[in-house]
Amino acid sequence: MSDQQVSRRDFLKSSATLTGALVLACYVPGLAPCCSAAEAGFAPNAFVRLSADGSVTVIVGKSEMGQGTFTALAMLVAEELDCDWDRVRVEAAPVAPAYNHTTFGLQVTGGSSSVWSEWQRLSEAGAAARQMLVLAAAQAWQVQPEQCRTERGSVLGPAGRRSSYQDLVERAARLPVPTKVRLKDPRDYRLVGRPTHRLDSPAKVAGSAVFGIDVHTPGMLVAVLMRPPVFGATLKDFQDSKALQVPGVRRVVAVPAGIAVLADGFWPAKLGRERLQATWDLGPGGALSTPRMREEYAGRAATPGTVAAKRGTAGAALARAEKVLRAEYEVPYLAHAPMEPLNCFVDLKADHCHIRTGSQFQTVDRDAAAKAAGLRPEQVTLETTFLGGGFGRRANPASDFVVEAVQVAKAAGQPVKVIWTREDDLKGGYYRPMWYDRISAGISGGRLTSWQHTIVGQSIIAGTSFEAALVKDGIDDTSVEGAADLPYAVDHLLVDLHTMKNPVPTLWWRSVGHSHTAFVVESFLDEVAAALGKDPLICRRELLKNKPRHLGVLNAAARLADWGSPLPAGHGRGIAVHASFKSYVAQVAEVSLDPAGALRVHRVFCAVDCGSVVNPDTIRAQMESGIVFGLSAALYGAITLKDGRVEQTNFDSYPVVRLDAMPKVEVEIVKSTEKPGGIGETAVPPIAPAVANALCALTGARVRALPLTPERIAAARPGRTT
Amino acid sequence: MTSLKVNGETYQVAATPDMPLLWVLRDHLKLTGTKFGCGEGLCGACTVLIDGAAERSCSITLAEVGERQVTTIEGIPANHPVKQAWLAEEVSQCGYCQPGQVVAAVALLKQNRLPSDEQINQAMSGNLCRCGTYQRIRKAIHAASSKMAKGGIIHE
Repeated sequence: MSDQQVSRRDFLKSSATLTGALVLACYVPGLAPCCSAAEAGFAPNAFVRLSADGSVTVIVGKSEMGQGTFTALAMLVAEELDCDWDRVRVEAAPVAPAYNHTTFGLQVTGGSSSVWSEWQRLSEAGAAARQMLVLAAAQAWQVQPEQCRTERGSVLGPAGRRSSYQDLVERAARLPVPTKVRLKDPRDYRLVGRPTHRLDSPAKVAGSAVFGIDVHTPGMLVAVLMRPPVFGATLKDFQDSKALQVPGVRRVVAVPAGIAVLADGFWPAKLGRERLQATWDLGPGGALSTPRMREEYAGRAATPGTVAAKRGTAGAALARAEKVLRAEYEVPYLAHAPMEPLNCFVDLKADHCHIRTGSQFQTVDRDAAAKAAGLRPEQVTLETTFLGGGFGRRANPASDFVVEAVQVAKAAGQPVKVIWTREDDLKGGYYRPMWYDRISAGISGGRLTSWQHTIVGQSIIAGTSFEAALVKDGIDDTSVEGAADLPYAVDHLLVDLHTMKNPVPTLWWRSVGHSHTAFVVESFLDEVAAALGKDPLICRRELLKNKPRHLGVLNAAARLADWGSPLPAGHGRGIAVHASFKSYVAQVAEVSLDPAGALRVHRVFCAVDCGSVVNPDTIRAQMESGIVFGLSAALYGAITLKDGRVEQTNFDSYPVVRLDAMPKVEVEIVKSTEKPGGIGETAVPPIAPAVANALCALTGARVRALPLTPERIAAARPGRTT
Repeated sequence: MTSLKVNGETYQVAATPDMPLLWVLRDHLKLTGTKFGCGEGLCGACTVLIDGAAERSCSITLAEVGERQVTTIEGIPANHPVKQAWLAEEVSQCGYCQPGQVVAAVALLKQNRLPSDEQINQAMSGNLCRCGTYQRIRKAIHAASSKMAKGGIIHE
């Protein structure tokens, strides 16, 4: 936000004509009012501002990281405001209680929740503004407001009277903000529900969109940090004389997060870091190795854990079943690896700290920065830039990349921008946890009778400030979501959990627990179908009889894929369905094996039911996006540790899907008038099991570990002894 | 001072000759449309044109560029069919990799006016996108290609 924009809000705060805490909440201290009422425009609440030049600014408290939230949320305001969509622009909100998540109570973008959590509030914000503009026109014309209507940025009155919103701005600003507003009947929507071009695209295509890494101020230094080589290591000693010889390097400071080399730009800072010499006390983290952890996890999986879900007596039912299936599944640690490496700009003064970064977690980052700076939260301002991908990494309860930048700024005594390299990003932790699952099913009389699932892995929430609120009776819901709420009809169910502790930092990764549980549940369901001698689609249909929304997407995806039709020779297809974040997604994947034994995914058919729809094109884009993100994990993704050191360094050792591996994706949005659900994460969970099931259909190889590498596929092929 | 030609202008930059072009553009010229993604030529976010051909600016030094013409995302006109197609097909999500994608597509179409899917794969697979915009990238390239063929426009 520019200084001028801040000043406008500041003015609005002091304007006697505007009431309500929402505007007050936008008050930014230290900036004096500077503009007239007409310049300030009309801001009936914290979310919308109309200017005398005719522009409509929607102030969005959600972070734009690719998911299209700026556009979708602006559409909700614009729909009720009845303004000219071409005049709508979006501004990232400051950190203020007005922008707190309506359910989660702090400013955060996550859980695929932006649309469902903001729909009502932003619709009302737009409707309130519209109502005031109508009243302003009615008063000017000396008619009743009921005699007026609105259309594309104008109020229309009796006898052909017409006034544009911009001409009414000054008068409307003097009216009281209505406490009750009437919202449109969804049948009258003209914008919501129609494919709409994104408001952020032009700047992104022009190359002018400002991401955190692009922030620059005069006198700023760029810092690159040497961080501990293993998790939990502490610095013993370091030598910086060689680093300081690099032209452009200004100083080297040790901070709790590591050793920072500060320079005139990134390049000298990175060269300086290469010339640092440091010795570390590795601590217990130096002994970590993923094969050993896996062994430990597998051992625990054979023992009973803390019960997360229970129905009937699964153990007894298994014991008396005619046929019992048992399998062990596993998935590795994963890095988020957003295209924009982490970064954070900090300008720290004695009584104020200004941060500019791509954050998904503004309240938490602001408070953590205040603590690190020795300031009060209200002395910290945080400007949210565009995020070059988030996927959860930029919503860290530990605020790691923000706190360390404050530490560096404090030690340096001048504005700094910390930039992570890709190597820092992949080695820096906060991974999707590694998981190990043991799962059993009992079959009697040709039907599934019992299901027992033991999950072993680290809790994302334990140890954070959210533990008290989110870990209940020893169960972190994000560890078992998608498994404890198994949708399939089975009389006896037991899901239990072993929460493991080790020094590897973990974090929510796009779709969180579902990224793991969907793979296990949907792969194993195909194993059950095979044991029952049933087609995987038919088996699912039978077990989901009472789950209409699961069935809806399942059938739609099957229809889209023409399930059961002949495939080209050497091709196989698989299906999976999964509900997450209040939405339902089913996918059919069509695969083959290339001569080297590697999987090729040719086509993906995807059906989604996310309830009421704001921008259908964004929903399609997010389905494509989630499929690619999940496919990278299904085919390649693994972070492994050896002697405590992360073995992956860059996109050569941590490959992701490239354009030549991109399947053709077809998306169907199942029509629904249900409440809106999430979109950003919901396409991720089904893709790995859909692909694994397709592989098994093609080759008979049931691969129960991700990623689905050629080695694992070869080892699992029937006839091979392992 | 080293002289550098970017987007039709000649700059004198106070950077060491071994500095990668990427950081000269970003930190010295403040042309921040060119992005840092991996620093190893593995992701393509830093793609620029050098004398019309796509190059990874993180992996070429100021000295290696020499007298050649550099074109960054900022130097590609807004009405270029590739930029127009990117908007029409609504390619961008987070947008971070898109300058590199656009520049790589411009280079491809300069060299091959009617690329097949296979040729697009070959030319564009060095440009990573974590948001998974690949399907739309492919579509936008085809759209720009047919527009350029129809219009007979030759864009630099």
